[in-house]
Amino acid sequence: MESLTLSDVEQKYYSELFLSCDVDNTKKVASNGKVLDLFRAAQLSNEVVLQITELCGATRLGHFGRSQFYIALKLIALAQSGMPLRVETLNSVRDLPLPRFVMGKNEQEPRHAVMFADAENQGHYFPRPPLRVQAKKVSAHEMIQPCVPTADPQPDTTSPVVSPHQSPPTSPHAWRKHKRQASGGNVDRQPSVPGVVWPSFREAQPGPVTGDGMWSAHSPPPVQETWPESTTVRTGMSAMITNEIQRQTSGYDDPWKITDEQRQYYINQFKTIQPDLTGLIPGSAAKEFFTKSKLPILELSHIWELSDFDKDGALTLDEFCAAFHLVVARKNGYDLPEKLPESLMPKLIDLDDSAGVPEPATEVSFSASPVEVTPNKSPSMPSLNQNWPELNQNNEQWETFSERSSSSQTLTQFDSNIAPADPDTAIVHPVPIRMTPSKIHMQEMELKRTGSDHTHPTSPLMANPPELSDETKLAASIKFPGTSVGDGYSSSDSFTSDQEPISSAVNRQRSHSGTSPEGLKVVAPPPPPPRPHASHSRSSSLDMNRNFAAVPAAGSQQPGVVAFPPAVPPRPLPTQTSVPHGHRSVEGDGLPAHTSTSPHQMPEQPNFADFSQFQAFAVDQPEDDEENPSDSGQAERCPEAAGTMRTAKNDVQAEERNATTVNSAKVSTPLAPPPKPVRRRLKSEDELRPDVEDLPQKSNVIATVLATQPSIPRSIGKDKKAIQASIRRNKETNTVLARLNSELQQQLKDLLEERISLEVQLEQLRPFSHL
Amino acid sequence: MAVCIAVIAKENYPLYIRSVPTQGELKFHYTVHTSLDVVEEKISGVGKALADQRELYLGLLYPTEDYKVYGYVTNSKVKFVIVVDSSNASLRDNEIRSMFRKLHNSFTDVMCNPFYNPGDPIQSKAFDSIVSAMMVQAC
Repeated sequence: MESLTLSDVEQKYYSELFLSCDVDNTKKVASNGKVLDLFRAAQLSNEVVLQITELCGATRLGHFGRSQFYIALKLIALAQSGMPLRVETLNSVRDLPLPRFVMGKNEQEPRHAVMFADAENQGHYFPRPPLRVQAKKVSAHEMIQPCVPTADPQPDTTSPVVSPHQSPPTSPHAWRKHKRQASGGNVDRQPSVPGVVWPSFREAQPGPVTGDGMWSAHSPPPVQETWPESTTVRTGMSAMITNEIQRQTSGYDDPWKITDEQRQYYINQFKTIQPDLTGLIPGSAAKEFFTKSKLPILELSHIWELSDFDKDGALTLDEFCAAFHLVVARKNGYDLPEKLPESLMPKLIDLDDSAGVPEPATEVSFSASPVEVTPNKSPSMPSLNQNWPELNQNNEQWETFSERSSSSQTLTQFDSNIAPADPDTAIVHPVPIRMTPSKIHMQEMELKRTGSDHTHPTSPLMANPPELSDETKLAASIKFPGTSVGDGYSSSDSFTSDQEPISSAVNRQRSHSGTSPEGLKVVAPPPPPPRPHASHSRSSSLDMNRNFAAVPAAGSQQPGVVAFPPAVPPRPLPTQTSVPHGHRSVEGDGLPAHTSTSPHQMPEQPNFADFSQFQAFAVDQPEDDEENPSDSGQAERCPEAAGTMRTAKNDVQAEERNATTVNSAKVSTPLAPPPKPVRRRLKSEDELRPDVEDLPQKSNVIATVLATQPSIPRSIGKDKKAIQASIRRNKETNTVLARLNSELQQQLKDLLEERISLEVQLEQLRPFSHL
Repeated sequence: MAVCIAVIAKENYPLYIRSVPTQGELKFHYTVHTSLDVVEEKISGVGKALADQRELYLGLLYPTEDYKVYGYVTNSKVKFVIVVDSSNASLRDNEIRSMFRKLHNSFTDVMCNPFYNPGDPIQSKAFDSIVSAMMVQAC
């Protein structure tokens, strides 16, 4: 026949059945005898049975090989589910309930019926477990049962029965309860029972059960019979245990789901060891506890490995429930899985579920461990008896609970939690250079530099060249939020990423703006965007800034500053240039206006200011010098700056235009603030000069150097000195930059190491399967 | 890419030894046994009480024409020995270190199991799977 895919459960079930049929151990079963009995026990009509036999190829072969047998079983399941018998459907049907077999009459019948009832009560999830239970029941029949005194279990049991198959009448229910109570001992014997049971079933099946009617007919009498018989020694405990286990097993869609009663039971057990539900059970205590279950140490060890999810040598409530559940399952004969089933995965986050486990189940306090047949914990077993009736109504609860319990692998949450930390921190690191003050300043300068990302980078620099590295961080963080101008953000981002450019920008701006940190800090910095703006993420480099600066972003002063030659300071340039350079008719009107008003304007732009000033100076020096007392000190720089600015100018032209327009618009307003910063910047540049070496901030140096650089190209006469000075400065800047670079590299290495260590930790936290 | 991985207890008896049975396992057992001498020598050579990762990793114990033997010792004097086939592209030191790290982690997990008595042979399936993964890599 075709290949057949079976689920694990099905596989197990079928193999058991096959084994039971294969008494001769010949690996094939004759078509007569046991197999037929088995098939008939499936309560299918004879025609169907014949059809199945044909379909599976047994007719062809004359006997049932293992594969035929499996196929036949699956077909039976199909038939029982009411689906047409088709070979193709064999593999396509998912979630097919296992085929049910009602075997035997009399005693067995009721049991089977009960099993059925159980299964059906459970939503007929798992006929197999019920069958097992049946088997157990059969064997333990004699031993079992303190019958349920109440003669009325039946009505109760009928209710949950839902199966498509005819649900046995109430008697099964009675049986079920009965069984529950009784089967404590059976549970243990379960593994061996099935094989035993089947033959017995067949034997007990003189007249094959071919209809439900037979059931009903048989069940009540047997029930009556069995009950009296069941004056077993079995303690209520064991019965309850068994019942409970059966319940558990029969309730499994997924064999590993924990029902709510079970969970409540586990929780109670947990409490006996560790009163605090959120606490841990140490390994030694857990070891003692589970050793009581009389499982071999090797298996307990395996169970521990599976259930100690975080590998900490202690069990949380969830882990404990999972371990307990596995022990229970093992006791029931289930093989231990290789990996922890999903439904048993500890919900690392919430203990609420377990804590809040239904109060309804409280009475079902499984104080007695189902696992321990021996009356280790006998207390509340008797109470369980009374609680069974309620269990009937718990079907839905089971389902709901199982949904609950099978949720969440919260480890993943951990993972996600770990991750985000890094980017932020990573982002933070570069921040040091972010100079919010300058940024703010810049923003002030240009009322709204929209998208002037470049500018931002520069502005911060301008603001706080010196103390930056540490302070900038703070300052930036402080300022940024405050700044109304949002432009700075992106640039600040870029800044964070670009320490170099920032520093250079800072230096430059510094020199021009003389922005004392305190002064600039006044302005609330725009909140530094944690993630660099698209335009300027960490990756943004001087080039970026330069580019942006070149781009006519509004008032790209900063970019200009940051970017070397480029845009050095859009703002300052325009204003500055406009002032001094009439020829710079970037915007004729605006500029001249600026020029006239300028003394302040010149200082406005941080580095740019210098440059523009310088240029202005270079061209119309007298004007500028006069206009800018603060600039005088920078006169020397002016030529250099001018030179630099020339080159920058070209790039900045567009910016200037924008800037100028902007400036013109803002001339009046920004005048007051800008001048200060400008002056400061200018001063700072002066200060920077001497302090370049002293300043711990490479940025300053760099800024300075960068600031001076633009001036080089524009050398005319006086520029020679400027050029030389700028060369010197450039060299200094280079060294500073190199130093900065090395430090950054070091930082990067550290971060990478951190990351690696975190990854290692992550790996360790993951379950084994990931290793 | 190991062909043989062994865990040896403090008292120098094996807690776990597993090899890819290309040749008789006995040969690997013998190799591991002889490597213990080298391990002892290295351990005793290290006088410092510190035990950081670097010292835990002993490095190449000795090479033969067929394979190389690497050693690693834990703080509790439990030794891990990995025998690597020389014909394989020589593994970088880092890879060997990472293998030892994994071994150490798995071993720690085994130790954490309260049902495991130190000194017992390691029968943990999880540990087995990790070791298999390392050995399968090689093949």
